[in-house]
Amino acid sequence: MNLEFTPEEVAFRKEVRAFIEENYPKHLADMGMREDMSPEDMVAWHKVLGEKGWSVPAWPTEYGGTGWTPTQRYIWSEENARVNAFMPLPFGVSMVGPVIYTFGNEAQKEQHLPGIRSGDVWWCQGYSEPGAGSDLASLKTTAVRDGDHYVINGQKTWTTLAQYADWGFFLCRTDPDAAKPQEGISFILIDMKTPGIEVRPIKLIDGGYEVNETWLTDVRVPVENLVGEENKGWTYAKFLLAHERSGIAGVARSKRGVEKLREIAGSEVLDGEPLMSDFDFARKVSQLEIDLAALEITELRTLAGEQAGKGPGPESSILKIKGTEIQQRLTELTLEAVGSYGTPQYGSIADAGSNQYPVGPEYAQHSAATYFNMRKTSIYGGSNEIQRNIITKMILGL
Amino acid sequence: MDFNFTEEQEMVRDGLSRLVREQYDWDTRREVIASESGWRPEVWAQLAELGILGMPFSEEDGGFGGGAVDALVVMEEFGKGLVVEPFIPSVVCAGGFLKHAGSSEQKEEHLGAIIDGSRVYAFAYAEPRGRYNLADLETTARKEGGDYVLNGHKAVVIAAPWASHLVVTARTAGERRDSDGISVFLVDKSADGVVTRDYPTVDGRWASEVYLENVTVPASALVGEEGAALPLIEQVVDEAIAAASAEACGAMKVAHAMTVEYSRQRKQFGVPIGSFQVLQHRMVDMYTEYEQSVSLAYLATLKLDGSERERKLAASTAKVRIGQAAQYVGQEAIQIHGGMGMTDELAIGSYFKRLTIFESEFGNVDHHMKRHIALS
Ligand SMILES: Cc1cc2nc3c(=O)[nH]c(=O)nc-3n(C[C@H](O)[C@H](O)[C@H](O)COP(=O)(O)OP(=O)(O)OC[C@H]3O[C@@H](n4cnc5c(N)ncnc54)[C@H](O)[C@@H]3O)c2cc1C
Repeated sequence: MNLEFTPEEVAFRKEVRAFIEENYPKHLADMGMREDMSPEDMVAWHKVLGEKGWSVPAWPTEYGGTGWTPTQRYIWSEENARVNAFMPLPFGVSMVGPVIYTFGNEAQKEQHLPGIRSGDVWWCQGYSEPGAGSDLASLKTTAVRDGDHYVINGQKTWTTLAQYADWGFFLCRTDPDAAKPQEGISFILIDMKTPGIEVRPIKLIDGGYEVNETWLTDVRVPVENLVGEENKGWTYAKFLLAHERSGIAGVARSKRGVEKLREIAGSEVLDGEPLMSDFDFARKVSQLEIDLAALEITELRTLAGEQAGKGPGPESSILKIKGTEIQQRLTELTLEAVGSYGTPQYGSIADAGSNQYPVGPEYAQHSAATYFNMRKTSIYGGSNEIQRNIITKMILGL
Repeated sequence: MDFNFTEEQEMVRDGLSRLVREQYDWDTRREVIASESGWRPEVWAQLAELGILGMPFSEEDGGFGGGAVDALVVMEEFGKGLVVEPFIPSVVCAGGFLKHAGSSEQKEEHLGAIIDGSRVYAFAYAEPRGRYNLADLETTARKEGGDYVLNGHKAVVIAAPWASHLVVTARTAGERRDSDGISVFLVDKSADGVVTRDYPTVDGRWASEVYLENVTVPASALVGEEGAALPLIEQVVDEAIAAASAEACGAMKVAHAMTVEYSRQRKQFGVPIGSFQVLQHRMVDMYTEYEQSVSLAYLATLKLDGSERERKLAASTAKVRIGQAAQYVGQEAIQIHGGMGMTDELAIGSYFKRLTIFESEFGNVDHHMKRHIALS
């Protein structure tokens, strides 16, 4: 047992670091995700990586993957986190892409994989419905066969960034009479420009518009867009959820977040001294770092298991729970660090077209909005309660 | 021992609760806080008419002879409706300074206007680099002839955009963070050299950065004794903490009730999510946090007339514990609402945001924990 990187891995780190330093868009450096980000900004790095051939490292090499080991992929995410890079959105790269190359036919692979790799085609995920959140299998959107089309009707919600999406992958009910609700669901790819689709923005508590209601009214979709077999969509969706979960720990990003928190608390003053030298505050930052260390090694153990051929199992739920708790704690402590300057609402100052100089230090400006926004992480991707239910059932056997 | 409210206090509570219910529904509030003015002067006028703004003042000061318990009643109802009108800055803070240390001329000029609602006052005490230390002041007041000349920058002054006057803390002598040498001034916002930068806050209120650039005020603007105001400031801030604690309790009560109600309505897996025991227990914990908070809001309020040490201990006890409770209740309320809790469509998000900001008002948990330790 050891934690050392091999000389090859060290060399690899050097190579990717140099590449990132040279190519990561300068105007996005250390910005992370922000509610005022443009769609072009969100795909900028994806496009660069697409050209380089590094946009889908985890994919099999025959579909454009880099063939990196899990450890190399880990190094890759660490190096990106160093600049707080805005990574390719997960909907194409980590979600629908793997479903298509695993369960899709040749025509679908040919049509869709290149656009996902290059970042030219924007994907969204149409799973949740107003009545079907945690209980996803109760979804009601129907797809009814009519000649060589499906006619789709229903309402999806929480569709992240659907306002920019070219394509969406949807779960629809194709057999309302199936014995179990899970058995009558199909996985269908839909061109978002098809008539009958309406995307309505939902404003979130941080003031941003990252999710939407997606209404589908008599949307005609060619049957070729069915992935795999009809009524087997639940299997593919579950496969995808496991993928979604493994990336969700966000360890590398949180490590950068802790560094940033230390910087902020180093600039803030308490009784004339840096806040970071205050024992009460420092203790909380260390606690966070300690929790993060435990999560990091847990993730590395999972990765090593993967390297040895074991797929991500139900223990990836631990990564989701702890990863999101740490991300949330980070935003809590950042808001705490900035003191009163967490209170001004910055977004609406921009909305009002104000050209006045900003209030408070720059690092304070999104601290409250980010704190509010990050509450989502324990709700989406299978809520943390649902993750605990999974562990209860699959690991404890209760 | 008596934890009952008087008949008059119950009447005020009923009246306020009706006003909030009838005129302060969440949709109206949302429109108002998004509007250019951000508040409703007509509601303020109504509050004055109902005698609410005069409640905590003695009859000889033109009030209705009440005190801190009345402020508690008012702020609890404000909290339930997330009322943004500036009771704490104008009535509790500015009113408090005048009540405790105002000269008869000052009372005459200012208290009447606070009570009848014709003027709003804001309390400009925090500074960009002072964090929560009330004595960590870079703002100075220099004596010049019979006048004082003020210079400095006051941060996140709640309600200042609506105010005509400011209560400003400034250093007349001594070094930064010295306890001695601090004074309090009444400043007309329209005076030469007062520059404000107004903005909305994340919890639906408005605030300003206040820049004082050679602002000249007459000697009659000084409240209390020159250079000896820190104990007075601490007292008023403790009063504000008691009132804000009551506000947080009101907001927690509603956030909890909304969550319980949502868990009854929302079905997943064919049953209301409120039937899941893991959520039930967390809603029980929210309720417990709320009840503990109410107890400490009472404690902080009732100890305002105690010895200085008792008062400070109680205020810090309340601020620590209610700060923690507010965070817990707010976060759990969102979590149990699931995706709906994240939207701007439901009121619950506004309660969460208000409870979040409460934690940093008048000193956060760590600040008051340190103060508690120092007093113990
Ligand atoms: C910002 C954001 C982005 C999203 N993006 C997408 C997207 O792109 N595409 C998409 O399809 N969906 C998306 N979602 C939806 C997300 O997956 C759902 O919000 C999630 O599944 C929870 O469902 P719900 O919101 O209906 O909450 P509910 O299922 O109603 O849950 C409410 C509460 O009850 C708890 N609960 C539910 N069942 C149980 C149980 N059995 N035991 C204990 N507790 C339980 C939950 O944990 C939660 O606390 C997004 C959500 C958010 C907030």
